[in-house]
Amino acid sequence: MESLNFLLQGFGTALDPMNLAFAAIGVLLGTAVGVLPGIGPALTVALLLPITFKLDPGGSLIMFAGIYYGGMYGGSTTAILLNTPGESASVVTALEGNQMARRGRGGPALATAALGSFVATLIATMGLAFFAPMLVKVAIQFGPWDYFGLMLIAFVTVSATFGSSPLRGLTSLALGLWLGLIGIDQLTGQARLAFGVPNLLDGVEVTTLAVGLFALGEALHVASRHLFNDEKPMAIRGSIWMSREDWKRSWKPWLRGTAVGFPIGALPAGGAEIPTFLSYTMERKLAQKPEEFGQGAIEGVAGPEAANNASAAGTLVPLLTLGLPTSATAAVMLAGFQQYNLQPGPLLFVQHPALVWGLVASLFIANVMLLILNLPLVGLWVRLLKIPLPWLYAGILVFACMGTIAANPSVVELVMLVAFGILGFVMRRYDYPIAPVVVGLILGPMADSALRRSLQMSLGDPMILLQHPGSATMIAIAVLALVAPFLFKSLARFRQDED
Amino acid sequence: MTFFRSRLAAGWLVAAGAALSSPASMAQDLELTITAPAGAGGGWDAAARSLQQVMMETGNARSVQVINVPGAGGTVGLAQFVQGAEGSPNQLLVGGITLVGAILTNKAPYDLTAVTPLARLTGDPLVIVVPKASPYQTMADLMEGIKGDVEHTIWAGGSAGGADHMLSALVTQAAGQDPAKVNYVAYSGGGEALAAMLGGQVTAGVSGYGEWQGQIESGDLRALAISYPEPIEGIAAQPLKAQGIDIELVNWRGIFAGPGISDADKAALEAAIAKTVESPEWQDLLKARGWSNYYAPSDEFAAFLAAETERVRAILTSIGLVE
Repeated sequence: MESLNFLLQGFGTALDPMNLAFAAIGVLLGTAVGVLPGIGPALTVALLLPITFKLDPGGSLIMFAGIYYGGMYGGSTTAILLNTPGESASVVTALEGNQMARRGRGGPALATAALGSFVATLIATMGLAFFAPMLVKVAIQFGPWDYFGLMLIAFVTVSATFGSSPLRGLTSLALGLWLGLIGIDQLTGQARLAFGVPNLLDGVEVTTLAVGLFALGEALHVASRHLFNDEKPMAIRGSIWMSREDWKRSWKPWLRGTAVGFPIGALPAGGAEIPTFLSYTMERKLAQKPEEFGQGAIEGVAGPEAANNASAAGTLVPLLTLGLPTSATAAVMLAGFQQYNLQPGPLLFVQHPALVWGLVASLFIANVMLLILNLPLVGLWVRLLKIPLPWLYAGILVFACMGTIAANPSVVELVMLVAFGILGFVMRRYDYPIAPVVVGLILGPMADSALRRSLQMSLGDPMILLQHPGSATMIAIAVLALVAPFLFKSLARFRQDED
Repeated sequence: MTFFRSRLAAGWLVAAGAALSSPASMAQDLELTITAPAGAGGGWDAAARSLQQVMMETGNARSVQVINVPGAGGTVGLAQFVQGAEGSPNQLLVGGITLVGAILTNKAPYDLTAVTPLARLTGDPLVIVVPKASPYQTMADLMEGIKGDVEHTIWAGGSAGGADHMLSALVTQAAGQDPAKVNYVAYSGGGEALAAMLGGQVTAGVSGYGEWQGQIESGDLRALAISYPEPIEGIAAQPLKAQGIDIELVNWRGIFAGPGISDADKAALEAAIAKTVESPEWQDLLKARGWSNYYAPSDEFAAFLAAETERVRAILTSIGLVE
């Protein structure tokens, strides 16, 4: 096994004390920027590029990878504790994670997120080490028609999953789709629904929408109920660690989340969001106690968190094998490679094996470091929840606004944040699910351009969607998922009538 | 290590580069802020941060900060810069051919006549490629194909109205077809378009040479031509002009100062940039980044900019993106 041999040599490189130190700095910085609002791993790596110019390439790339993985870990913390997802991939984590935290189970939620991330990253990094060149061959065959099929599956499963009734779920989704249309159309470069506001030309920022709907909406809702309720801080019930049952309920979602996250992350336009949605839906369908979903089901944290981290490792597949950055952080890391005259691409594995395998090995090491760093932090984080509610929510409001302003310094952005906060409050008040709005915003534009690219390539012939086996299969699955529940229901009714 | 870490802690949030040591004796008094009208990871961000790095290394500025103002192909950053940098002696903006196009397609409130051109810095060749399995071996084959069936010649490249799109339209026109008919599939960047090329879903592709260099060298893509006026050392593909097709299109990037700055301030900034560009450090950086030197001083750049704006307008009008 040649790869294994290379990997062992890679560990030799990565275990060099200097490189270990770089990895440690990386994961510390990454966790910090993951938790802090507004500063993402992409900006951090960009800021560090000029400093690292004089350092040895291996060391600084190892540090960048640590930042990348650390950011993925840190992002879940604020989502669980404060219902403030720092990045779009953590939106799903906030759904069940925050419910768990509010029921005094913040500790197990954070622990299952950290352990799930560890397991997922471990498996996915192995996938990266051994299957990258093979996987990428499949991934580039994925045409726009296949992406469209994937989006259809995501739409159907997501709208059926969230909310008390499909109609409410679809209403929220439609709202999200509408928001997703705002901005410059990718295929023609023309503005849609921007009404001449330049800040709208790039569309609605996912994190602004998510933070507005989740954090601000939540804070307003709590404030509106405050008069009628006794003030009680969120008590921590039970152990802050995972119980035997928590373990039992977590390990399968970790593995399933990884299985979904890694391949989709490796797709050139896969992203980290779709696998988290799919994983959440999957866990909800497979759960022993589906009624707990929406009330803090641990599977709903374990699965999506694993999927999120597995897709982060998946992103490195096209980066290392094609030189194709599929996320902002990956794009900055690519610049990091270039500054040392390294061209990621098909030849990188051949020309610089020591560097690549050192990087892969240090990903394993960074992963272990993150676990050691994050598990003790759980005890510290959950204390945040002992803060009296008015203080906590005031803090969340400040945190949310600060993060939005830091990420995108403009008044328009802040106005949008507040508007989304009010929208979130109204939706909560009238019991409309919130997550489908975010899903619509993320998936809408992707599905739009995938469909139109397909039609452009077929000169307008819609049959192209059915002519490719991949997209035909996925569309069939989506149709089945849409029709099956109704079919089963009427079948059941039919039988009842017969009895 | 502690030395490095303490430096990190002190400086990484504000301006990481500021912690770099620069020879104090040479340092001028310039304290600059460069606006990159794009997010981290893009070409303008890279250009701004490269300039930051070399200006401080060579002591042509005491400190340089880079701020990112992403949005709408750079027009959001431009608008903010025009309003905020009026008469300011220490604010700079990075921009390029894509910004010229975005101003036109977005009907932006300000164009580049509102700012003061200081220098043209880099110019990258665009490359025209076909997948490995394509029947087209030469540029002439591709032109023949376009002539025969313009609609089935599917192009992949970066954002709509960008330099890649413009080049595909120019080639289509040179093949004797209406550029409004060009079947151009826009991707969010060279990366995503690369996947479509490697998957063989499209006929031809356009991107910056550097972005696809790895695949061209490994033989996964066949480079037919570059859009640079002259041959470039280390690039086997020949210019369109050398192949008898009278097209040149350079993905240039330049640096601008705010509106209405005084002549003395302008001269100081120009001199600092000229010295930076002449330094061996800048030449090394260009090489590392795979960029080509395309330096032109202020007056020449201003004239170039006026001509280029009209040319871009004509190309985008021919595609139908601008009325």
